[in-house]
Amino acid sequence: MKAVCWQSANEVRVETVPDPTILNPRDAIIKITSTAICGSDLHIYGGYIPTVQKGDIIGHEFMGEVVEVGSGVNNLKVGVDAKRLLPGDRVVVPSTIGCGHCNYCRRDMWSLCDNSNPKGWMEEKLYGNITSAIYGYSHLLGGYAGAQAEYIRVPFADVGVVKVPPDLPDEMLLFISDAIPTGYMGAELCDIQPGDTVAVWGCGAVGQFAMISAYMMGAERVIAIDRFPERLEMARKFAKAETINYEDVDAGEALKEMTGGRGPDACIDAVGLEAHGVGLEDFYDQTKQKLRLETDRPHVLRQMMVAARKGGTLSIMGVYGGFVDKMPFGAAINKGLTFRMGQMHGQKYMHRLLNLILDGKLDPSFVVTHQLPLEQAPYGYEIFQQKKDNCIKVVLKP
Amino acid sequence: MTATPGDQINTNQGEASEAERWASLIGGGAMVLMGLKQGSLRGALTALAGGGLIYQGVTKQSTIQQAQEIVGMNKPIKVEKTVTINKSPEELYRYWHDFEKLPTFMKHLKSVKVDNEKRSHWIANAPLGNSVEWDADILEDRENQFISWASVEGADVDNSGFVRFQKAPGDRGTEVKVVLEYNPPGGALAAVFAKLFGEEPEQQIGDDLRRFKMLMEAGEIATTEGQPSGRSH
Ligand SMILES: [Zn+2]
Ligand SMILES: [Zn+2]
Repeated sequence: MKAVCWQSANEVRVETVPDPTILNPRDAIIKITSTAICGSDLHIYGGYIPTVQKGDIIGHEFMGEVVEVGSGVNNLKVGVDAKRLLPGDRVVVPSTIGCGHCNYCRRDMWSLCDNSNPKGWMEEKLYGNITSAIYGYSHLLGGYAGAQAEYIRVPFADVGVVKVPPDLPDEMLLFISDAIPTGYMGAELCDIQPGDTVAVWGCGAVGQFAMISAYMMGAERVIAIDRFPERLEMARKFAKAETINYEDVDAGEALKEMTGGRGPDACIDAVGLEAHGVGLEDFYDQTKQKLRLETDRPHVLRQMMVAARKGGTLSIMGVYGGFVDKMPFGAAINKGLTFRMGQMHGQKYMHRLLNLILDGKLDPSFVVTHQLPLEQAPYGYEIFQQKKDNCIKVVLKP
Repeated sequence: MTATPGDQINTNQGEASEAERWASLIGGGAMVLMGLKQGSLRGALTALAGGGLIYQGVTKQSTIQQAQEIVGMNKPIKVEKTVTINKSPEELYRYWHDFEKLPTFMKHLKSVKVDNEKRSHWIANAPLGNSVEWDADILEDRENQFISWASVEGADVDNSGFVRFQKAPGDRGTEVKVVLEYNPPGGALAAVFAKLFGEEPEQQIGDDLRRFKMLMEAGEIATTEGQPSGRSH
């Protein structure tokens, strides 16, 4: 089959590799019909995620059709009137892999699964514990082959897929794999109260869905922060957000002004470790990251800590890999901030989100700016990274 | 200091509570030898099995630290690891006690054959087609709680260890703790041994325990071996 294989920083190649096979009883093989490049794939593309190896198949946002199931896949628990998973079924697959039976999966904290990462010792050393594996997201997080390919092996398929109806186009359904539940969880972690103002850093797909979700959960105002006009336009048009371009104005000052001097009640980070800042601070972080003295650039975190209102909540959905530097922690403690964060618990949210789409309450297809054949993945990565051609979301068609 | 099997043990209180835990394990008023620093694990386990335990003082140092200090040939290697598994002590004890099943999650084991109630024969895979073998005896066997064993004389690799199953607080399952000690052999076997148990024997037992947990909880052991990549052609 054809698959997108990581080569080195800023280089991916479409190569011919062997087809995946069933390796465990609870596996399924899915023929991929659509797979997206996620913003967090750019961290891999750029070489910022440790333990990604040359030749690794990347990608974690996908949907497709079941072509084969293992002997242990007989009891599908999630999805539309599905009792059994069968070849021919159309499914969306969450990006985080959960076993369904450990203490964490049972408590709906799927991205903290104890059992899906076969290379856990590495993560245990770095993080102190083992979290769930993620498709195509480094050997630290399991080393599973990713989704930017014609076929993929899905482990724990009996709890790890959502069956979807045949009549909706892929673009309506694909993003319940990753971007929508990530944004939705980002809003849920804010514990939004009536009258709240929620500020969202980053107007990519996750940011857009976080804004829409914040309104659904009762936010009175949503303010979006980015530097690309087309993204801010999308936030205004589809997510009904007010916007701040941080290259034009000081985002912290602007937020204070817009909220009567209080600061937003909740702040969502939908950017992560490659955040851009301005001026000397940005230079400092860029330099430290290049010299490997710091793995992550925490501009957004810093700005959120200062911008948030006293007693406010920071919800962190952008990906961080290792260590951050120069955090204004005094602000956090003295202002009594609450920090909430995590990789999204896909299996917890996907059914709910599918129903929103089926009920006509959410149409996520607006984020797609580019559809490309899988062969053009290298071009897709390039325009997404460089934000060329107003690129916000690339969907690859194997 | 005495403790009975029913005593609740606070695990956060350092060495005293560890001693109490041992005491509670063997029950009624026994003082426990935790001589993992000076003495051998085998000695401790044998004493435990014999019931005649002497309190030799509990060391502050963790055995893990010692293992890291003494990973060099000709010194015993001691490793310990604990993992919490979302199953009852009964279920876990039952699976573990069937020694012939241990190779399903202990990667370096080729086979275990049970000869009788006490004795079993172990074969471990070593690189380049080598293998090492030994007979082991069960020293102590407490249903649903504790199993200890030691190799008998003449083993390729002298080793001993125990596994303990202890109910975790709340509904978190069972804390499974394994402590192992190996005395590296000399001569030609020394190199085989070094390869067999690797540079980080603690990681190996950690991986084994994690595979045990996966098997017990998820019914299968997560793997990526055999999947495609841009390297596999
Ligand atoms: Zn993602
Ligand atoms: Zn799990």
